[in-house]
Amino acid sequence: MEILNAIILLLNYTVIPALTYGSQLALGAIFVTLIYGVLRFANFATGDMMSFGTMFAVLLTYYFQSLGISFGVLPTALLTIPFAIFMMILYMFTIDKFVFSYYRIKKSPPVQLAMVSVGVMFVTQAIIRIIIGPFDRRFLDGEKFILKASEFKEMTGLSEGLTIKSTQVITIFITVIVVMIMFWFLNKTKTGTSMRAYSDNEDLALLSGIDPKKVVMITWIIAGVLATIGGILYGLDKSYRPFVYFNNMLPIFAAAIVGGIGNPYGAFLGGYVIAFAEIFLTYAYKKFFVYILPESLEPNSMVQLLSTDYKFAISFSILVIVLLFRPSGIFEGKKI
Amino acid sequence: MAFFEGSNMTAGYGDGPDIINSCSINVNRGEIVAILGPNGAGKSTAMKAMLGLLKLKSGSVTIDGQDISKMSPQDRVKSGISFVPQTKNVFAELTVKENLEVGAFLRKDDVKEVVEKIFQLFPILKEKSSQVVGQLSGGQRQQVALGRALMINPSVLMLDEPTAGVSPIVMDELFEHIIKVKNTNVGIIMVEQNAKQALSISDRGYVLVTGENKFEGSGIELLNDPEVRRSFLGA
Repeated sequence: MEILNAIILLLNYTVIPALTYGSQLALGAIFVTLIYGVLRFANFATGDMMSFGTMFAVLLTYYFQSLGISFGVLPTALLTIPFAIFMMILYMFTIDKFVFSYYRIKKSPPVQLAMVSVGVMFVTQAIIRIIIGPFDRRFLDGEKFILKASEFKEMTGLSEGLTIKSTQVITIFITVIVVMIMFWFLNKTKTGTSMRAYSDNEDLALLSGIDPKKVVMITWIIAGVLATIGGILYGLDKSYRPFVYFNNMLPIFAAAIVGGIGNPYGAFLGGYVIAFAEIFLTYAYKKFFVYILPESLEPNSMVQLLSTDYKFAISFSILVIVLLFRPSGIFEGKKI
Repeated sequence: MAFFEGSNMTAGYGDGPDIINSCSINVNRGEIVAILGPNGAGKSTAMKAMLGLLKLKSGSVTIDGQDISKMSPQDRVKSGISFVPQTKNVFAELTVKENLEVGAFLRKDDVKEVVEKIFQLFPILKEKSSQVVGQLSGGQRQQVALGRALMINPSVLMLDEPTAGVSPIVMDELFEHIIKVKNTNVGIIMVEQNAKQALSISDRGYVLVTGENKFEGSGIELLNDPEVRRSFLGA
């Protein structure tokens, strides 16, 4: 019984939140890795692009709610995803046309493009500030819990409760579907193959009749889908604070690099590696040990390795360690 | 008039000096032509000019009597000219089969048949068809490169140093493959460092020096020409 309680405790406070957070990071990391693999630069506007897409979901959710449209037990925000993605892609096309394409055609070095993306980041932040402002917004509606702690306790008779939030299930479910579709697209369709070919060897791809404009366009479309969905899922799960997305860039880049930048499978798994590391290292294990150890050995302290304030330090440390010892990423495998 | 012909081509990179000067090269279908010469003679440049990778300052390129001097490289590929670069000539992160499929992107018809044809020509590729090309040996990679270039069913194939960096045994094998390709009625132009071996399988050869045609003749003529032997064949 005590062991069961300990397991439920860990599930409730570490495994399920880590799976959720990891899914959100994974979507962002695949976005980073895709842009890096095909367009060949580190996109520092990643976080704010995710924020930009989410902003439309928030505004549209409010609009839908004012019209009385709802999605039953599911959050209304899910209905807004297609529209938000559309706006996001439109924004990405605009930026690509007026900013990135100029440097791409000039064949600027990747560092220059990365710097340009920092500029795009500031502009995007400013646009967000103008449209929606910097405040915290909740846009989650519908049923909040799939399983409440009290219900779980009643059902099982355990003293430890298990809470499953609807956003957690939605996040994991949507991430799995999106990622599956994306990998199917990259590996099994002609357009996906041409993207991988372009990423691998640009000159030969051109000689084989692959249209670089089309590849760039498809890349931004996929990036727009990933950024918007990743952003909305994060916003639903926590809340929408526009500039938190900027902070999330560190774990997202860490996930992409841990997975070997340019490798989408790696980025997907990397998201979970970072999330689990962050949560396992900052969780206070006192209660867990109270359950599994005999009374005489019970710990007095919190048994917390690091304060949650240091969670970014964990991403950063993993990033540095991977760059020092396995710069090509910890996962073997092909690039996009 | 030859099937594929670059006549009096003058070209250089960007605004730099001319690398080739009034250089002429031609090939007929079912013929192997070798371009030889010392380093910096403009061998690869001549080939790239024929593919349109650099602009001609004067001269012309024709295929089957049609002037293609103004066409982009992609359009020239569509008109049946295939090119295998010296380096980075495969998609290393794609599988063998995907490499072949990408090679056929310009074709609109069903590619399965063509893939089968390539597998007959290079049996090893069938065996390794789902393997990532980056894991293959140098000789096998060159076969993938050849196979990819053949996917559009070209009338002319241009090879930039196909045997660079492979062992002598693999080199002989590759030359055998090149002869097989020639026998499917494809015209082949190749730049080669291994001059003697290249001439021994070539119908004709050109020797370029500082971007100009210095000698030309049949493979055997060049092999037996005392001046060519002394200057370029090392004997």
